[in-house]
Amino acid sequence: MSDALVALPVIVPLLAAGLSLVLVRRPSLQRMVSIIALVAVAAVAAVLVVRADQDGPQALWIGGWPEPLGIALVADRLSSLMLLVSALVTLAVLVYSVGQGMVDEAESAPLSIYHPSFLVLAAGVANAFLAADLFNLFVSFEMLLFASYVLLTLGGTESRIRAGTIYVVVNVLSSMVFLVAIAMVYSATGSLNFAQLAGRLDALPEAVALLLQLMLLTVFSIKAAVFPLSFWLPDSYPTAPAPVTAVFAGLLTKVGVYAILRTQTLLFPDSPLTTALLVAALLTMLVGILGAVAQSDIKRMLSFTLVSHIGYMIFGVGLATAAGVSGAIFYVVHHITIQTGLFLVVGLVEHRAGSTSLLRLGGLARLSPILGLSFFVPAMNLAGIPPMSGFLGKVGLASAGIEQGSTLAYVLVAAGMATSLLTLYAVAKAWSLAFWRTPQQAHETSLAVQQDYQDAPGEERQRVRVGSASYGRVEQQEARSIHDDTPDRDLYQRLQDDDLPHHRPRTMTAAALGLVGLSLLLTVVAGPLFDYTDRAAVDLLERTPYLEAVLTGDTP
Amino acid sequence: MTVNLTLVLVAAVMFGCGIYLLLERSLSRVLVGVVLMGNGVNVLILQSGGAAGPAPIVSDAGGAETADPLPQALILTAIVITLGTTAFLLAMAYRSWQIDGHDDVQDDVEDAVIRRLAAADEASHGYEMDEHREEPDADEPVERGA
Repeated sequence: MSDALVALPVIVPLLAAGLSLVLVRRPSLQRMVSIIALVAVAAVAAVLVVRADQDGPQALWIGGWPEPLGIALVADRLSSLMLLVSALVTLAVLVYSVGQGMVDEAESAPLSIYHPSFLVLAAGVANAFLAADLFNLFVSFEMLLFASYVLLTLGGTESRIRAGTIYVVVNVLSSMVFLVAIAMVYSATGSLNFAQLAGRLDALPEAVALLLQLMLLTVFSIKAAVFPLSFWLPDSYPTAPAPVTAVFAGLLTKVGVYAILRTQTLLFPDSPLTTALLVAALLTMLVGILGAVAQSDIKRMLSFTLVSHIGYMIFGVGLATAAGVSGAIFYVVHHITIQTGLFLVVGLVEHRAGSTSLLRLGGLARLSPILGLSFFVPAMNLAGIPPMSGFLGKVGLASAGIEQGSTLAYVLVAAGMATSLLTLYAVAKAWSLAFWRTPQQAHETSLAVQQDYQDAPGEERQRVRVGSASYGRVEQQEARSIHDDTPDRDLYQRLQDDDLPHHRPRTMTAAALGLVGLSLLLTVVAGPLFDYTDRAAVDLLERTPYLEAVLTGDTP
Repeated sequence: MTVNLTLVLVAAVMFGCGIYLLLERSLSRVLVGVVLMGNGVNVLILQSGGAAGPAPIVSDAGGAETADPLPQALILTAIVITLGTTAFLLAMAYRSWQIDGHDDVQDDVEDAVIRRLAAADEASHGYEMDEHREEPDADEPVERGA
């Protein structure tokens, strides 16, 4: 059935992006436009969830071309659920950044470009979830990537340009590989539409299909930051402004996971690569979390847990059973809200205390109990403490693994438990250092570390100069905490001097608390949500609902 | 479907050169590599449209064979996207040159720190002896954040 609603989540943010670019000189109007647009998208997504659940997948052929020729947008149960969650999360992040823009008037970043880029990002994410052919998926990736390039290098400071370079080059490379894959798929099958490909790929010789699958998996794994292709992420995300990091962490990697899920179930149902996927999931979990344990900066620590928990979702996809896919979808939903929420809270920490380095923070729980609570709850949720949604998601995946029963699945279940424990260790460390100890203890530690650094012999420092060209400035930058742009005084000294920001960032706190509340709500509605993801998983594995909706739907 | 070997070879050479340039440190060379690869991909997509010759337009006169128009539409989109990428990378290279006086892609700061810690043998906690340093204050226990 045809439904114009399906196009709205893409069109509305795009139009609003244009409008907000026109309104550059009217900041308050610009804010209003973006918020209204994202509220509208969230409402449409909610309607789509209900419709997709009741009437099956909603397909729309754009432009009135006859059926297999045009560009199709499809909202099935999976797509519309992802749309709804991403719309709610982007809305929360937008509200947060509006709050931040009003608080930090001194911030020199060109805020006028922030709203249009953010809306294009939202449109790109929505388009990726709705795309029903490979090229449209590519275009939506480019939309969200270009917006993300701009957002990541906002202000063009030294560290952001440095981190942005790596991010841009990695993603441009992955786009190239994606285009090559598209050219190959088109050469081999003569179509790019998912529904048509589903039939034609089955007819291909095994080796050709395997090659195509590998190419696509590589591309999506770069986006999703699956282990061997994940090294760009923890380096590039933490340097961006807090709301940008939050929305990247929540959504961009999940778009990659969604693309893997969609192509694995729809295009390559009898995939010979499930074992490879499971091994990749195992390594992603373990390597990611070991990286997180070693970090001394909360943002970087969270970036590594982000990589690690992508492993859980890939685990569910790799199982290729209804329970596994359902668990993966639930975990994606849980993880989008929780990870975004945590990054927003860390942004609040940075705002309040001027740093996110665990070496310098201390006593935040006393300084601001609300901040402490809003870090503690999602942190425990991330680690999977019962009865929260993180625990339920992990139980869902573990039981799916045990049900499948292969040795590798058992190994993965065990690795999942270990990862969960290590996550608990990492977030508990952050909690006890940043929130629980006194600022004075933190001060002494950071003094000791600095002393330690100055004691290092000169030639040793010589050796670690950054980059191929050596510049003295890098040394100084390194001597301080790594991503600190703040003056060289820690929380203790600033408390002594009474130099902390006194105004309370109400809007920012409200947005962060909203996301924490949403993640708790997921726990409350976990039963119906799991039923929904079960149905979505069955749809995905059966393939017929999707194919029927796209190819034999009654187009006007 | 017939494969045009020339186009495939051209694409392969462009990719080879592009990847070689992509491995360079300087961002402007990386950019040239990206442009080369982008055009290589376009040639590859063009190749997927089948044999050259017939026009990609269905004429009312009918009869004549038509080439597949879709790859050309795809290439057009890809060209636009490569243009955007080029512009953005150029802007970044310029900004990098403004800040640092060069446009080299730099190492991860954290990597450098870890290298330093490893050089001083401080990366692991259990390691109390410090072989690289003889200063008396080195045996003072240092409380670390981890």
